[in-house]
Amino acid sequence: MLTCRQITELVTEYLEGHLPLGQRLRFQMHLGMCRHCRRYLSQMKTTIRTLGLLGPASIPEVPEELLRRFRAWKGRVP
Amino acid sequence: MSRDSEGAGVPGARSDNPRPATSELPGAGERTVPAGASPRLSGDTALVGRLLAGDEGAFTELIGRYQGRLLRLALTFVSSRAAAEEVVQDAWLGVLQGLRAFEGRSSLKTWIFRIVINRAKSRGVRDGRMPSLSSLTSRETAPEPAVDPGRFTANGMWRNPPAPWAEETPETLLLRAEVRKFIEEAIDSLPSQQRAVLTLRDVEGMDSEEVCNVLEISETNQRVLLHRARSKVRQALERHLGRR
Repeated sequence: MLTCRQITELVTEYLEGHLPLGQRLRFQMHLGMCRHCRRYLSQMKTTIRTLGLLGPASIPEVPEELLRRFRAWKGRVP
Repeated sequence: MSRDSEGAGVPGARSDNPRPATSELPGAGERTVPAGASPRLSGDTALVGRLLAGDEGAFTELIGRYQGRLLRLALTFVSSRAAAEEVVQDAWLGVLQGLRAFEGRSSLKTWIFRIVINRAKSRGVRDGRMPSLSSLTSRETAPEPAVDPGRFTANGMWRNPPAPWAEETPETLLLRAEVRKFIEEAIDSLPSQQRAVLTLRDVEGMDSEEVCNVLEISETNQRVLLHRARSKVRQALERHLGRR
């Protein structure tokens, strides 16, 4: 029987599909019985999906220097 | 539960390349569809063609598409915005230099990411922000519980269980401007290796194999770093959103 504390340490391996079958079953059995750990797992998934929606840090402009270099690079097209 | 199956099947599910011997197709470099390719790849091919033809619009389009993400990536390795901008600019020149030799073995995105990461890493090591890889073992893999042990009973059961959140979905979470801010802060306060793994895996959506390759870490270390980083970001969200 896994403890709640163990669940919080195994959650990434579980989500990564890296738990061996027996451990995976024990993990799921615990979830079936423990609503706190179900909530923990669901918050972890929400965290991961939120991170995936963050998007770029900011929308910067294209530095003029880069365009200048591009024109120079283009000039060297064989 | 969709995340489970996604995670579980990554290596096998992603490598079902319809053309097993892609590297034996001479002259078809840019058309080669590597494992894990997204449909956007065909867009990559067209873009590379336009770049090679000297189309400046294609170059600004490419920069527009990736600049913000590359800055975020670079910032995981270097200490200042200015240094990150330098690294990214320098990387773009590297992209131009290497473009004619780009063979489409990886997606254009992965290729560009790799160029930025390599440059940002050496810059970060030089500036002392990024620990060299040899120092990873001691500091970043020392035992570090995902949840404060004081929240469990002696039997390892919850004493102080996770509180329900005021918002439950990523979409509603991000509608609150302050949520974005404290997630960014949580990411920024992570140790550099954890920050790098979390950024690449969860923010940029790279798979674990790619991340291990570009960061030159083992799969086990990658998983440990990811676990710690995710645990801390969840905890930061709980601090702000938990309803007691």
